[in-house]
Amino acid sequence: MADLSIDFVGIKSPNPFWLASAPPTDKAYNVERAFEAGWGGVVWKTLGEDPAAVNVSSRYSAIYDSYGEVSGFNNIELITDRSLEVNLREIEAVKKSWPDRALVVSLMVPCEEQAWKTIVKEVEKTGADGLELNFGCPHGMPERGMGAAVGQVPEYVEQVARWCKMYCKMPVIVKLTPNITDIRFPARAAKRGGADAVSLINTINSITGIDLDNMVARPIVDGKSTHGGYCGPAVKPIALSMTSEIARDPETMGLPISGIGGISNWRDAAEFISLGAGCVQVCTAAMIYGFRIVEEMKTGLANWMDSKGFETIEDFRGLAVPNTTDWKYLNMNYKVVASIDEDKCIGCGRCYIGCEDTSHQAIDLKPQADGTNKFEIIEEECVGCNLCQITCPVDDCITMERRDVGQPYMNWTQDPRNPHREVTEESTHEA
Amino acid sequence: MNIQNKVVEASQVSVLDEMFSDIKPALTERQASYESSRCYYCYDAPCVKACPSDINIPSFIASIHNGDIEGAAETIYSENILGGSCSRVCPTEILCEQACVRNKEAECSPVLIGLLQRHATDNAQFADHPFERAPSTGKTIAVVGAGPAGLSCAHRLALLGHNVEIFEAQSKAGGLNEYGIAKYKLTDNFAQKEIDFILEVGGITLHTNKALGKDIHLEELTEKFDAVFLGIGLQGVRDLGIENEDKPGIYNAVDFISELRQAETADQLVVPEKSAVVIGAGNTAIDMACQLKRLGTEEVTLVYRRGTEDMSATKHEQQIAKDHEVRIKTWSRPEALLFDEDDKLTGIRFQKTETVDGKLIDTDEQFDVPCEAVFKAVGQTLTYPASEPTTPDSGSKITTAENFKTSIEKVYAGGDCTGVGEDLTVEAVQQGKLAAIAIDEQLKTEGN
Ligand SMILES: Cc1cc2nc3c(=O)[nH]c(=O)nc-3n(C[C@H](O)[C@H](O)[C@H](O)COP(=O)(O)OP(=O)(O)OC[C@H]3O[C@@H](n4cnc5c(N)ncnc54)[C@H](O)[C@@H]3O)c2cc1C
Ligand SMILES: Cc1cc2nc3c(=O)[nH]c(=O)nc-3n(C[C@H](O)[C@H](O)[C@H](O)COP(=O)(O)O)c2cc1C
Ligand code: SF4
Ligand code: SF4
Ligand code: SF4
Repeated sequence: MADLSIDFVGIKSPNPFWLASAPPTDKAYNVERAFEAGWGGVVWKTLGEDPAAVNVSSRYSAIYDSYGEVSGFNNIELITDRSLEVNLREIEAVKKSWPDRALVVSLMVPCEEQAWKTIVKEVEKTGADGLELNFGCPHGMPERGMGAAVGQVPEYVEQVARWCKMYCKMPVIVKLTPNITDIRFPARAAKRGGADAVSLINTINSITGIDLDNMVARPIVDGKSTHGGYCGPAVKPIALSMTSEIARDPETMGLPISGIGGISNWRDAAEFISLGAGCVQVCTAAMIYGFRIVEEMKTGLANWMDSKGFETIEDFRGLAVPNTTDWKYLNMNYKVVASIDEDKCIGCGRCYIGCEDTSHQAIDLKPQADGTNKFEIIEEECVGCNLCQITCPVDDCITMERRDVGQPYMNWTQDPRNPHREVTEESTHEA
Repeated sequence: MNIQNKVVEASQVSVLDEMFSDIKPALTERQASYESSRCYYCYDAPCVKACPSDINIPSFIASIHNGDIEGAAETIYSENILGGSCSRVCPTEILCEQACVRNKEAECSPVLIGLLQRHATDNAQFADHPFERAPSTGKTIAVVGAGPAGLSCAHRLALLGHNVEIFEAQSKAGGLNEYGIAKYKLTDNFAQKEIDFILEVGGITLHTNKALGKDIHLEELTEKFDAVFLGIGLQGVRDLGIENEDKPGIYNAVDFISELRQAETADQLVVPEKSAVVIGAGNTAIDMACQLKRLGTEEVTLVYRRGTEDMSATKHEQQIAKDHEVRIKTWSRPEALLFDEDDKLTGIRFQKTETVDGKLIDTDEQFDVPCEAVFKAVGQTLTYPASEPTTPDSGSKITTAENFKTSIEKVYAGGDCTGVGEDLTVEAVQQGKLAAIAIDEQLKTEGN
């Protein structure tokens, strides 16, 4: 059986599944239940200076897939609405009862040295395993100069990270906001400031939808609304992309990453880890289904690792990073074409109409004597875009098959069709 | 305006209505939303090709899924103004749902098109009739028979700007929707509510108790109107071809069903208490047997001279009979009706049959089934009024050329009374609609 335990910047945890800083980790009661359910660690709901934040009523909204399951989740909650003192007391007690679990404390205070100095020293006394600096909250807090307002300015990120490292011995994780043009800049800043790791992503600015009867966005607070933070399965692709950017940036390569964003099952977790994450954090999935989901996450990940012969998380961590590259290094001489398995085809015609209307007119509709249609790929026209495979509702009915074009690897920097190519035609041939 | 909203008051729901509760209950909103998400929105969809009335199924299902119930209903009604009753009576298992591509996968589970169609037509809320009539053409067309074919034809003609006068022999319009379809398929007086909805389009005058061959004649109709459409259905009933069929205790299934459909309380019906025999193999026979069971007849035996594979009732209908605990006996043909000394029916004798080289022959075995009543459901026939000018081959069914024209000038026909297509409600609707379009085109060319 695979060993799921991890050591993330010196913080040990029996498995890589942590709960992200959010309502699931709001207080001792929730966190105890989470540990009982089997979570490897938690990042405590973000603490701030007293007086504690006050929340509004009506706080969440969502978008749903066609089966009515939540695919994207939006919230307008602030950081903890309980006093600092109560939180610190509970953190200390929980850590004492659960010494084998990771307990990281999330923080957000104004961008002043004294404020950070005071709070990190308080937290250190609790015996918590580490700090996470919340530079990500995109709603409410930035209006007060905190959260994303800090995370969007790399200089502030660097400065605060440096203060925290200066005034405590705990590992410091900087939580990044995705509401920024290039995620590498704040990540580099965190590293420069001495952060031990980054975690990402926090939530994305969002409006999930409009109540068209009342002409107001959701969630509605007395007829008005405000943009919130988006998370859940819909944000996973964005989080994965940002994770890969940091994992392969020469300046941040090797910087430990805690992956967050839309993780709902073992497969999502394995994807973040394959892009370099050393642990993963979950919020929405736990909020929708409860803490018990960690059970299937653990067994699923372990079974998959066993099937692949991976004994530890480190065995496969980052394996997908070298295969994530710039467009210009992709092989221009690689060719795939679609192939339809006639026996599996149910005749829905979606591949045809998608390709015919919007792509390359590479599928032929052949009416049959019995009134049904047959669909055939016109190989000469197929550019191998995957659209038909994506729209086909039948598993493995359309496959993309490799065609040997008899040419060696050649990327765009070497391609004679590229007017700005970096190498001459001759040198390509020689290579 | 909404067809379903015109529901009867709770107090009016009789014991009889309770006995004949909906056999296929409507979907809840949640179920409809889930079911609609199962549709793949096929291109050149097989289900559309299999719907006799050409409803754009993926489009109406997408509208349901997107929360536009009125749009869904409009899509349905634009091809089939009786989409509400069709959604309840269509044998979807041999039509749209049989063709659904989701049948083919391992799941073998088609999108429930009929129930979704019902969801849309039941729940759409229209302020006015959803369609507007074209500017008046000044033409008037006579429609004979207010069954599905006649109603569909009349509605389409009205939409195209013509005026229509319907002549119906019975006191109520609706044809077999009112008098023939099993009571558990069309509940809550649905047929009449649907007719009200259809007539709301305007331009249609309905004359009931006006029978062709008695109160009106083709000659005057062709003279007075710009065109005539015949949708008179099948009024005759096929006999068993044995002796004593006219004696008490032997009934036509369609007559009994008609009485049942019109009865307000169960005591208005004479229901066999212990046992009855139904002869036939089509949906009428199945409906008859099941309805007897619901009325309380203890033992109902359905007898057919061939095997279950040969029955015209679909597998689904046969299953309904089994669910009603109807006994099905095959390979048996009626030989003689049995009476006691007072001429009271006591039973029926059957002759066992088999096929040899594809030919049905008798074996040397016979058996008797004791019963209080025998119901004949071996097919309906056209009874074309003898007084009217005949059309070729009118002995069995009215023959039509393309465009639903009969051999008589200006006279068109559609539905069960013609030899076109299968005898199904949805077929009748389609033929009525196509005939209306043909009439319109003809009148337009004449006008030029
Ligand atoms: C018992 C039974 C059950 C059935 N169940 C189903 C089912 O579940 N699903 C399905 O799809 N189909 C079913 N059918 C078939 C379906 O009912 C018919 O195909 C459909 O009703 C045909 O419509 P129509 O308008 O052609 O004829 P009809 O519905 O028969 O209407 C003909 C109309 O013309 C009138 N008429 C007749 N003669 C004259 C005259 N001389 N002058 C004026 N008016 C006249 C009649 O009174 C009637 O109103 C069933 C049929 C029967 C008998
Ligand atoms: C209701 C709610 C409150 C949140 N509060 C915080 C917070 O206080 N501090 C923080 O760092 N992130 C907060 N988050 C963001 C989550 O920690 C996490 O980064 C984000 O939800 C993405 O993960 P997910 O897709 O698994 O939900 C909150 C998220 C939600 C849904
Ligand atoms: S999308 Fe798939 S199932 Fe549908 S027609 Fe194309 S190959 Fe067949
Ligand atoms: S009219 Fe009948 S056959 Fe056509 S789609 Fe509706 S239920 Fe199916
Ligand atoms: S065949 Fe089935 S899946 Fe395809 S459009 Fe019709 S109902 Fe939808």
